[in-house]
Amino acid sequence: MSRRIRTYRDVADPASEDIVAQVSEQRERLERRLADVGATIAVASGKGGVGKSAVVANLAAALADRGLSVGAVDGDLNGPALARMLGASGPLRVDEEGAHPADGVAGVRAISMDLLLEADAPLEWRGSEEGVGVAREALETGALREFLADVVWGPLDALVLDLPPGTDALARTLGLIPDLDLLLLVTTPSSAARGVVARSVAAARRAEVGMVALVANMTEYRCPSCGASEPLYPDAAVEPLAESSGLDVWAEIPFEPALASATDAGRPWVLEAPSAPAARALAALAERVVETT
Amino acid sequence: MKFLCVDCDHVMAFAERQLPGDGTMAAVFACEACGREIAMLTNPMETNLVSGLGVEVGGRTVPEQPLELVRGTVETGAPDAFADEEPSLTPGTVAWSEEATARLSRVPSFVRGMVKRIYGEWAVERGIAEITPEVMDRARTDLGLEGM
Repeated sequence: MSRRIRTYRDVADPASEDIVAQVSEQRERLERRLADVGATIAVASGKGGVGKSAVVANLAAALADRGLSVGAVDGDLNGPALARMLGASGPLRVDEEGAHPADGVAGVRAISMDLLLEADAPLEWRGSEEGVGVAREALETGALREFLADVVWGPLDALVLDLPPGTDALARTLGLIPDLDLLLLVTTPSSAARGVVARSVAAARRAEVGMVALVANMTEYRCPSCGASEPLYPDAAVEPLAESSGLDVWAEIPFEPALASATDAGRPWVLEAPSAPAARALAALAERVVETT
Repeated sequence: MKFLCVDCDHVMAFAERQLPGDGTMAAVFACEACGREIAMLTNPMETNLVSGLGVEVGGRTVPEQPLELVRGTVETGAPDAFADEEPSLTPGTVAWSEEATARLSRVPSFVRGMVKRIYGEWAVERGIAEITPEVMDRARTDLGLEGM
């Protein structure tokens, strides 16, 4: 007769497990840190290359320019650019309260992996030579949790999160911030981008995110000489996605090459050229966000 | 996770954790009935999985530090990414010997400030006035900081 070895449930009380207690403490710390944040706003895209980070930088700057206290979290750990776009630089001061965010334009407080990595170095985790791919998701989720919970945000009217492309990032974020106030899905009017963002819409619906809206970026190109405008994509139209998803389009931002170059250089377009059509569209987006959240 | 001493039918207790600095981890568990010890050894991937959760096998030996996972796990961190302030309880109460300072200087600067803070807090809690290499050795063993 084989012996019976007691099972985990025989010997352990899950409620008193030390690991459970550590995870609970983490969650409480995150909740305490975000208790003074008025609105949490995530910006996602589904597909890369649609100008999402530039939208985030300009939205954060536009909100701050209205006198709001704004924090910005760069959740794109492998392609971080938000701190640079906001004109924020390190080093980060660390004290007993936590790590203090870097100050960017208009007083936006930012945290981003580009403040922490060596110049031009990719994000590499220790142990990467031995199958870190499996652990990468856990590490990236942990890093995002630290960006939210370990940074001394102070009281904020709005915390804006720049999510990396892909629907998994949204799920990861919602695991950390289940009460997300607003999700903005950025897309270009191209059929490829629309198709991918439709998946994010479905993921947001499944996760029951409170409020979701679309931002159409690079909708048209305006000739700087004659002012005539042309669609940037031959099949440009965001309406089909809006109709099929039932989501409102909160902004249609025209393509302006100078927006990208200025924002990349740490001068968000809404502050650099507030009367430009794209800057006006982004300022109107900020207005809509303020009215709604 | 539990380890059961099959002979004694007794749940083994966490005894010690070692991080040799190569990404691996050893966690020792002991049977309080018969004294038998076993070591759970994890490879870098498994160690990272645990790190990603932000938890420590066997429980925390020091309070969680700001951006601890990022600072302890990112390989390509900038040396000047952080400006660490000394804990308010440390200045004037804990001094660093020349040898200990030299040894600390070999810790990558991305994580050095955090490590210094941990050693300082450990020493203050024990009423140690000066951190020497011997004190660092004791703290490393006590805290499971072999990688630091």
